[in-house]
Amino acid sequence: MAMDDVQVKDGVDAETVDAVIALSGAYKYGWNTEIEMEYAPKGLSEDIVRLISSKNEEPKWMLEWRLAAYRRWLELKEPDWAMVEYPKIDFQDQYYYARPKSMEEKPKSLDDVDPKLLETYKKLGIPLKEQALLAGVEAPEGERRVAVDAVFDSVSLGTTFQAELLQAGVIFCSISEAIREHPDLVKRYLGTVVPVSDNYYATLNSAVFSDGSFVYIPPGVRCPMELSTYFRINAENTGQFERTLIIADKEAYVSYLEGCTAPQRDVAQLHAAVVELVLLDDAEIKYSTVQNWYPGDENGKGGIYNFVTKRADCRGDRSKVMWTQVETGSAVTWKYPSCVLRGDDSQGEFYSIAIANNMQQADTGTKMVHLGKNTKSRIVSKGISAGKAQNTYRGLVSMHPKAKNSRNYTQCDSLLIGDKCGAHTVPYIEVKNNSSRVEHEATTSKVDDDQLFYCRSRGMGEEDAVALVVNGFCKEVLQALPMEFAMEAQALVAISLEGSVG
Amino acid sequence: MVLPSSEAATRSAMHDDGLISSPGAWAKEVRQSAAERAQNQGLPERRDEYWKYTRPDFFVQESVTLEAQVSPKIQIFNNQLKAEILFENAVLAAETLPKVANCSIESLDDAADLDLHWVSDIYGKLELAGQYPVRRSLAALNTAKASQGVLVHATGQVSDPIRIHAVCAGRTDAIIHHVVKVDAGASVTLIETGQYGARCNVVMEVEVADTGHFHHIRVQDDHEIHALTHIFARIGADSTFKSFTMTSGGKMTRNECILELIGDNSAVSVAGACLGDNDFHHDDTVFITHDAVNCESRQVFKKVLRNGAVGVFQGKILVKAGAQKTDGYQISQSLLLDEDSQFLAKPELEIYADDVACSHGSTCGAIDEQALFYLRSRGIPEAKAVDLLTLSFMAQAIEEIEDSKISAAILNHLTDTLEAR
Repeated sequence: MAMDDVQVKDGVDAETVDAVIALSGAYKYGWNTEIEMEYAPKGLSEDIVRLISSKNEEPKWMLEWRLAAYRRWLELKEPDWAMVEYPKIDFQDQYYYARPKSMEEKPKSLDDVDPKLLETYKKLGIPLKEQALLAGVEAPEGERRVAVDAVFDSVSLGTTFQAELLQAGVIFCSISEAIREHPDLVKRYLGTVVPVSDNYYATLNSAVFSDGSFVYIPPGVRCPMELSTYFRINAENTGQFERTLIIADKEAYVSYLEGCTAPQRDVAQLHAAVVELVLLDDAEIKYSTVQNWYPGDENGKGGIYNFVTKRADCRGDRSKVMWTQVETGSAVTWKYPSCVLRGDDSQGEFYSIAIANNMQQADTGTKMVHLGKNTKSRIVSKGISAGKAQNTYRGLVSMHPKAKNSRNYTQCDSLLIGDKCGAHTVPYIEVKNNSSRVEHEATTSKVDDDQLFYCRSRGMGEEDAVALVVNGFCKEVLQALPMEFAMEAQALVAISLEGSVG
Repeated sequence: MVLPSSEAATRSAMHDDGLISSPGAWAKEVRQSAAERAQNQGLPERRDEYWKYTRPDFFVQESVTLEAQVSPKIQIFNNQLKAEILFENAVLAAETLPKVANCSIESLDDAADLDLHWVSDIYGKLELAGQYPVRRSLAALNTAKASQGVLVHATGQVSDPIRIHAVCAGRTDAIIHHVVKVDAGASVTLIETGQYGARCNVVMEVEVADTGHFHHIRVQDDHEIHALTHIFARIGADSTFKSFTMTSGGKMTRNECILELIGDNSAVSVAGACLGDNDFHHDDTVFITHDAVNCESRQVFKKVLRNGAVGVFQGKILVKAGAQKTDGYQISQSLLLDEDSQFLAKPELEIYADDVACSHGSTCGAIDEQALFYLRSRGIPEAKAVDLLTLSFMAQAIEEIEDSKISAAILNHLTDTLEAR
């Protein structure tokens, strides 16, 4: 969307408009890596499920698990309740498995990986080469190290810093490797947060997921570095189905980052991922995503259909999970990172900025299911629409009868840039006990009185004070982003929710 | 959202043997097409998103299961108003139709047999417009079957409120359809009290012309009732529409209000105060469409619930492209007095215009312990203190009523109801 053809209403910050356009404008990662690929035959059948399983050298129980999911999927109906429209997906016209030919022989280390593939990640700004640490010398300040699992189409290329992480007891590897090397852990937790039959796309994923990341943090361990997965869809007509499983044992802590891009293609591509987080007593997981899949062109041609199921299960008491997401890509987004607050005193947080431009459609939000006593959740969601985009916040806050003394605070705001786009809010609030408090508000209607009073007492005019407080709130989402997303965060800082519609 | 068509269920609910009333005239065609509409859409079912928090069972099943009790404990507006219309066991007592200046009041039953009548421009038309995007088959069924109702046509300022009071006993199955037309510059206030039957399906269609003003007050306090009501209204430019409902009884009540703002600079308000106890399920479903510039809409709903009572709020503001300068306000709040009560809400916004302000707030929680402590420390017994806090919590909704005499009467009624329980 060019700047000059937009009529923006008074009160919307010009800087905000520029930032939105810069963020959601020309797609920077649309190039494609010329590489020889190996595909499984097109279409979906039990044979394909078997093939994926055998390519990953999986044990029999895993194959059975997949087949059960596939059979279940055949009985399910595609959901149609989201406020998104797209042509019917032909599930038989997709490749479910694509891997670079050079990956046929599993490389022993990242040094053996095809340089072309490494080049791809370098171009995306993801260093896969570990910077060797000199003995006794700390990493220079500001250069925090991040362990990366790089997933290219259907396979994981490799995971960095594995040895060093293992010293701390942390297991970080691709899920296919985990199924082979740590079957007990996988068996115990896989599918326990997002059951096989959870929803149409999760069930599809359960049947055909090809790779993804696996993390296990043992009791009492604070993961020594940030972990990260970078997803790249490269092949044409190929769906990416990755599966992420993160287990934080008692008193463990991990911060996990996720990035994703895809080349510019005319035909829409499917991405159906499942992310499961398990938190035991006193564990904490920070999960941050910058989702930048190819959004399609200005006329809505091509782009990624992003149908993702993400859920955290706070099983342990006092556990804490925090989802932070910046959604700028994808033609269609259908994504609700959720928290099941089962343990007493557990906490869930969800911070989201969703920016949709041109013909993009985003239907995203969260679910906070309070089951345990004294559980707390907080939702801060900012949706920004420009061009002809549609942006929907859809969320559930549910207080079960036993979730005594629980607390939820929800704030979701929308900003429209131009008069051809749409912003929608569909919150569900279910309160089944009276000791809990639930508040759902929009910033424009409610500004913290104390903060306002403070600003006023320092001599600010009422309007300026409100603007300051409101802007400060938007930045709260950014503060939740880890350092590694500093670039994105910087671009987002310019966005203010002044003039939001509610 | 698509209602699964279930023809058998529709047919049984329509009790085809009863046939559609009114043999000729304008009504025949309208009723027939409404019957087809209901049949094609199918009746609501439990799994319908639109009926997520309220089970439609009682409204669609063939038999009426409750026995209505005559005369509620507390009376409101009795012998206070000059114009009163009476319904007995779901039938209009035609002799009670009053003569009111600047206003014609007729019976639907009489008008349906005429070849020409002003009501033919409205009857079933607003209901039809309200079938999108969500299907409301039970309202279509009402259009097809209702023979009882009042037609109110305000041609100028109507100085005194007009009250419709309904009494019933036994297992009366009431299907009532009122139509209100407010001409340019005219204004009228309609008060509905009592209940038409042990099971009610009530539709009111309201057409407010440019510069017209319509006020609606409703009191629902009979308990042995399953009530489903729909208001469909179309509002012209520079006009007002206000509807307020006070509910303190009813085993299951669902009040739907579907408003469309088609003229610029108008203001609408839909408000409700609800006092729920025990086997009480109350659902407020509001859908306001802004299709004009510079209009204001307000939704203010307050519920105080105890002993397992359930409160539901589904509110939606739709701002169409071009409906700039819209000011939409929506608040739904609930006070749960004990562990067993529930509040279920879905406050939605759908916005296609950029220069608008829409806010939607929803809160739920227990009574403020500090406020309670304060009142008790001033020597007020706990039960009385809870009542006082309940009243103050309800105040914002009651303030939506413009006429101070009526709001005072509602407040008194609420106080009496609280004291009586």
